[in-house]
Amino acid sequence: MPIRTRQDVYDVCIVGSGAGGGMAAHELTKAGAKVILLEAGGMWDNTTDSDMFVQPWDTPRRGRSTAERPFGEHDACLGGWTVPGEPFTTAPGTQFQWWRARMVGGRTNHWGRISLRFGPDDFKHKTADGLGDDWPISYDEMAPYYDDLDRLVGIFGSHEGLRNHPDGVFQPPPRPRCWEMLVKKAADKHAVTCIPSRLSILTKPLNDRPACHYCGQCNRGCKVNANFSSTNVLLQPAMRTGKLALRTDAMVREVTVGADGLANGVVYIDKVSRTEKRVDARIVVLAASACESARILLNSKSAKFPNGLANSSGVVGKYITDTTGTDVGGFIPSLVDQPRHNCDGVGGAHLYMPWWLDNKKLDFPRGYHIEIWGGMGMPGYGFMGGIQGYPPGGGYGASLKNDYRRYWGASVGFSGRGEMIPNEDSYCELDPRTVDQWGIPVLRFHWKWSDHELLQVKHMQETFRTLLQEMGAVVSSSMPTREQNYGIATGGSIIHEVGGVRMGSSSTTSALNANCQAWDCKNLFVADGGPFTTQADKNPTWTILALSMRTSRYIAAQRKEGKL
Amino acid sequence: MSSDFTRREVVGALAATAGAFLIPRPAQATEAGRIATHARRLAAAAGAAYMPKVYSAHEWATVQSLVDYVIPKDARSGSATDAAVPEFMDTMLDLEANMRTANRGGLAWIDHQCHLRFGRDFIDCADAQRRQLLDDIAFPRRARPEMAAGASWFNSFRDFTATGFFTSELGVHDLGYQGNTVLPEWTGCPAENYRRLGVTG
Repeated sequence: MPIRTRQDVYDVCIVGSGAGGGMAAHELTKAGAKVILLEAGGMWDNTTDSDMFVQPWDTPRRGRSTAERPFGEHDACLGGWTVPGEPFTTAPGTQFQWWRARMVGGRTNHWGRISLRFGPDDFKHKTADGLGDDWPISYDEMAPYYDDLDRLVGIFGSHEGLRNHPDGVFQPPPRPRCWEMLVKKAADKHAVTCIPSRLSILTKPLNDRPACHYCGQCNRGCKVNANFSSTNVLLQPAMRTGKLALRTDAMVREVTVGADGLANGVVYIDKVSRTEKRVDARIVVLAASACESARILLNSKSAKFPNGLANSSGVVGKYITDTTGTDVGGFIPSLVDQPRHNCDGVGGAHLYMPWWLDNKKLDFPRGYHIEIWGGMGMPGYGFMGGIQGYPPGGGYGASLKNDYRRYWGASVGFSGRGEMIPNEDSYCELDPRTVDQWGIPVLRFHWKWSDHELLQVKHMQETFRTLLQEMGAVVSSSMPTREQNYGIATGGSIIHEVGGVRMGSSSTTSALNANCQAWDCKNLFVADGGPFTTQADKNPTWTILALSMRTSRYIAAQRKEGKL
Repeated sequence: MSSDFTRREVVGALAATAGAFLIPRPAQATEAGRIATHARRLAAAAGAAYMPKVYSAHEWATVQSLVDYVIPKDARSGSATDAAVPEFMDTMLDLEANMRTANRGGLAWIDHQCHLRFGRDFIDCADAQRRQLLDDIAFPRRARPEMAAGASWFNSFRDFTATGFFTSELGVHDLGYQGNTVLPEWTGCPAENYRRLGVTG
């Protein structure tokens, strides 16, 4: 071991380089802190590594997925449902999937840039319906951070004045595509709110980044950084301060504490040399993803903290939720034989449907938003697979060849994304019998849906079928039954898991206080989805970013006052 | 420790190339290299006879015949073999070992059926005989129960052919896909596309 000097002690050690870690690095280096950022995966830079303009015929696989890129060989996210040498387990009867990115930028390389603020109700839902818990903070406290985030990262949208779907500082939204207006027409008919999407993709230049050029390939990573990723929007400016050290292939095992009970650094496995190393730091910020941060805390056992760090309440690993989801698609005869044009637009839908109903009149709590898909997208592996589902039911030869041309872009689908209520049966814990290849005990997941989620998903299915019928669609799938859980997606598969290190107003029922600071250890913070007290019917990333910004500014202010 | 530091711990290094981030560069060095290699391979394959890596000579001949039954040449574009679909299929089977059994098993099933009906392999059958068999498996909803295995296989073979054809340069142009390129601004779809659907953008 090398001899340590004061030089080796960082002001802040951040674990994880995704949305939460990237924002923490951005804010803390800006405030003058000397920061080290540990990432369990390798380097990735969209400007050089993205496959943005690669054409379908350019590669032998034609875009087909690979083991390390389950969403296609050109997808920007390295990782997946299984990470070699890094297993997790599930309790008997549990079905759960856990997506992990292993790369700089984390899962910001993966998502659809759907950037929705949580609304006033989302922070105080228990007050409204008695379920879950209230957050220890309110929308009004978060609003200034959302505003700053919008200005820093950039987002398009429209001003709608919807109470629980707050407007932001928006750039102009792109005009809806023709097929999307067909969706809107059906939605309007059934009084389903249908408005421009809110995506963190630039439609105007911002902070030295150019506007989108509308190639529709956001998921491959944007070479010009017109969309958001942690690496290219947060870490690049953080690097320019000269205050940030980024260490890749660093798999953190635990946070260590001194005799005073304060965190004094982390221990990690250097994946390249397979050796154990340590970083000394005055403050530790975990942003490894909700479940991974819970895992690190549970593994941070010491004489003073035998149940793991920040866990005197016993809630670490508890109250995990994932977004509920289900999909229905159909063939729309009026979309057959569309005149050809470039309808790529941005890498995502230009319209969406925020939650629009009053739960008092429904048999389930909370809501969902609707995402839509369709259009004449770039052909790739699996192009129009299952054409036997279209008229005339299969075939071959000249007529089939013509069917492909005619039906391309004639399918539209709906995906519901709803709020799950945290429950006692959905949590993770350390599996006492299993370690990963680095010798670190792994997580074991427990998962159970309640009627709240199942009835909500049933409602999604019914809504989507109504809208498709309105559009004149031929829907080949049948309505899933109660026995089929109404078609609800497997827990974890929507990749929105949050909670597990929840914040709250009491040290006996939460791990973190209202500043995402551990009740048990004042120089330990969590800045990913872990602190979420509850979910919302919104994608979590925008709130992870805004909350990390708030937490980081709190840390900076405390440092300035000499309290940390 | 210090060499380790310079190799994988990047401090401010990315800042040096910051200016480059602003310029769209359609062909980056890394991908360009990969694609050029692939293009050379394709060009070589077009010039010289492609040597299948997985398919036997008999399977190769069967696949070449079958894909053109699925997607033939017509007034607008060439056939599946013109788009190198058999080469694509053989390459995929080479890359994905778990795809081989079903794909090759179906080819054997086809030959077996042709022997039962006509006493010869698919490629030795007359055009009308081949079509008689394909008619029995190409429409799964009306296929007879004893044809179920063949119909199921043909679904995947048809999908596989369509991927190979419509992701080829020939197929993408046939389809009229115009995207994955730089648009200076997004103005929506052409007015005609909205009008046809009875909507306004």
